[in-house]
Amino acid sequence: MRIVLVTLFALWGAALAQGQVTITYWQYDFRSKVEAVNELIKKFEAANPGIKVQHQTFPFDAYQQKVASSIPAGQGPDVVNLFYGWLPTWVKAGYLQPMPAEYIKVLDSEFSSLAQAAKVGGKLYGMPTAVRSLALFYNRDLLNAAGFKTPPKTWDEFLSMAAKLTVKDGNKFTQLGYAMAPDGQDHHLVREVLIRQFGGRPYSDDGRKVLYDNAAGLKAFTFYTDWLKKYNVGTLGNQFFPGNNAYRDAFIAGKVGMIIDGSFAIGTIRNGAKFNWGVAELPLEKAGGRKINYGSFWMHGLTPLATGPKLAASLKFLEFLVSEETQRYWLEKVGELPARKSLIKDPKLTLDKVYGPFVISLSYAKATPFVDEIGQRKVMTDAINRVLLENKDPAESWRIAAAEEQKLLDNFWK
Amino acid sequence: MKPPEPAQRRVSLATREALWAFAFLAIPLAFFLFIRIWPAFQALWLSLFDWHADPSKRPFVGLEHYEQMLQDRLLLKALQNTLAYTLLGVPLQLLLGLGIALLLNAVTRFRDVFRAIYFAPYVTPAAAIAWVFSWMLSPNFGIVNEILSVFGIPPQPFLTKPSQALATVTMIVVWQNLGFQVVLFLAGLQNIPRDYYEAARIDGASNWQLFRHITFPLLNPVMVFSAVIGTIGFLQLFTQVVNLNFTDQGGPLGSTLTLALYIYQVAFARFELGYAAAITVLLFVIILSITLVQLRLLSRRVEY
Repeated sequence: MRIVLVTLFALWGAALAQGQVTITYWQYDFRSKVEAVNELIKKFEAANPGIKVQHQTFPFDAYQQKVASSIPAGQGPDVVNLFYGWLPTWVKAGYLQPMPAEYIKVLDSEFSSLAQAAKVGGKLYGMPTAVRSLALFYNRDLLNAAGFKTPPKTWDEFLSMAAKLTVKDGNKFTQLGYAMAPDGQDHHLVREVLIRQFGGRPYSDDGRKVLYDNAAGLKAFTFYTDWLKKYNVGTLGNQFFPGNNAYRDAFIAGKVGMIIDGSFAIGTIRNGAKFNWGVAELPLEKAGGRKINYGSFWMHGLTPLATGPKLAASLKFLEFLVSEETQRYWLEKVGELPARKSLIKDPKLTLDKVYGPFVISLSYAKATPFVDEIGQRKVMTDAINRVLLENKDPAESWRIAAAEEQKLLDNFWK
Repeated sequence: MKPPEPAQRRVSLATREALWAFAFLAIPLAFFLFIRIWPAFQALWLSLFDWHADPSKRPFVGLEHYEQMLQDRLLLKALQNTLAYTLLGVPLQLLLGLGIALLLNAVTRFRDVFRAIYFAPYVTPAAAIAWVFSWMLSPNFGIVNEILSVFGIPPQPFLTKPSQALATVTMIVVWQNLGFQVVLFLAGLQNIPRDYYEAARIDGASNWQLFRHITFPLLNPVMVFSAVIGTIGFLQLFTQVVNLNFTDQGGPLGSTLTLALYIYQVAFARFELGYAAAITVLLFVIILSITLVQLRLLSRRVEY
């Protein structure tokens, strides 16, 4: 016991003498990301002998709980990984500290415009390594077999393909043209893509007012629910196929013609799909119509626990995590698109058959200004489900959604 | 010379034993106080404040969170659902548990094997159960709908529609808890002395009379225990609900949302731990009152 104590003190002394700082980084458990960060920490520590980085991970469904309880107890991370949609909530509850002002200039000039969502009230609370967008994944074999040589360019083409690819045997589906997933990515599709394509706007510029409760918004919403009610694209992904991400799993199983999913799904689909598949930009309302997409990202934030020498070390580590070098490595290792403009413009990326459509979409993608990500997702998912599952009138359901979401926004900004 | 007086024993043996007992009890008691009771009071305290990571920045709001509950539509939904789960699940669980225990009690061969089979779901992780049921209950590919179609019944949506989701979750939870229930009832049944049955048989009692007048009354303690534990379990339902609809937790359309899940979402997705604490207090009051009523109504002392 005595020896252990003596050793500990000796080590402590040595650490002090060297000016050693230990900082902690948290993210949720996702194998390729965990491995990548472990590698990155090795590199970072080699270049910065005075700093040690502890890397801790938690299962996704326990992650926010861990953060919520640890930081007030002074035990948590100095640098923390979070979904940008959680940012306003975390800032309001005091879980993040603003970054020094000079980083704002870097973000404004060097990062994808999506990353602007890392600011709250003009202050910057973190920066992303990677960004994501949506695109259409299609099963090339199924499309070809049905006589379609290229993926759809407009929603009209999309719907006629989907109808032709949907196969029913008695009262059961054996194949879907499109797997609808309101709680997958489709709630983003309605909110950020369809509303704008139909000439509406989802929110005011400051994100505090719901603006979709009008004719354009309703037209977009009804258009989406009609895919099932009128256009015979098939059925809901989770009624067609089992599992948590039914729409994606069904696509991977080769039973669905098309799905809309994020760039984060590339890895899973690439590993699972045993057929020819392709990726295309999201269809347009009409040829030459408006291009629009939903973009999102995970960012590295600075918690109030990073103070004194830990603050300087944390900033250094954060800078390293969002550096060009790291972003290049991240794309290779994790398969997520870089957040820096300089890398996104790389023709090797824009011309890539799989990454290309996502990268091009980034240039016109918008990030929803969430204040209560789970609540707002539920509002939109429920709006769709009321029509699809309970046969409610779309206009009525849409009105309820707008009122509910406005209440969430008011509740947050009060 | 007078022999020295033996030192007066000031502490009697009984007291000393009691002291020892208290000394040993103190450890679990302290544990219970600090790990269980203290946090409960902390929740009560917390519910009077708005949350902030820095304790010095938590504004006192008094009973505001309790007022907020009156306006909260989702909370009402969660409350209704939680009561529906309990009213549906507990009687079903007791009935099926008792039925299977009676059958198993009559079986003499392989009883342990059956018991193990019934108990297995109880120790299976919820995520695995959710996965298996999502396959079995799939409207399109599931075996259950395959079987139903043999009888000409059209495919049922089960977990994917609000009208059936809550009942389906309840069935799955009952199925999972059944093993524990059966083991409890079996233990209770085997505690009933054989002589009672033999005596009653000699008096010409029928099987129904045996059950009605011997088995059922003598199982009362087990019944009360099961009803109370089962009720608390359903009132705190969380894990299965989360796992059975992972991407729309509590859905579709809030039809499976429970109080515990709502508390979790308010606390850890919205970071409103003050409000979440207030709902926790509500849940605590509900559990306490229902348990007290149950103990009062159900407990009967039966002796023969």
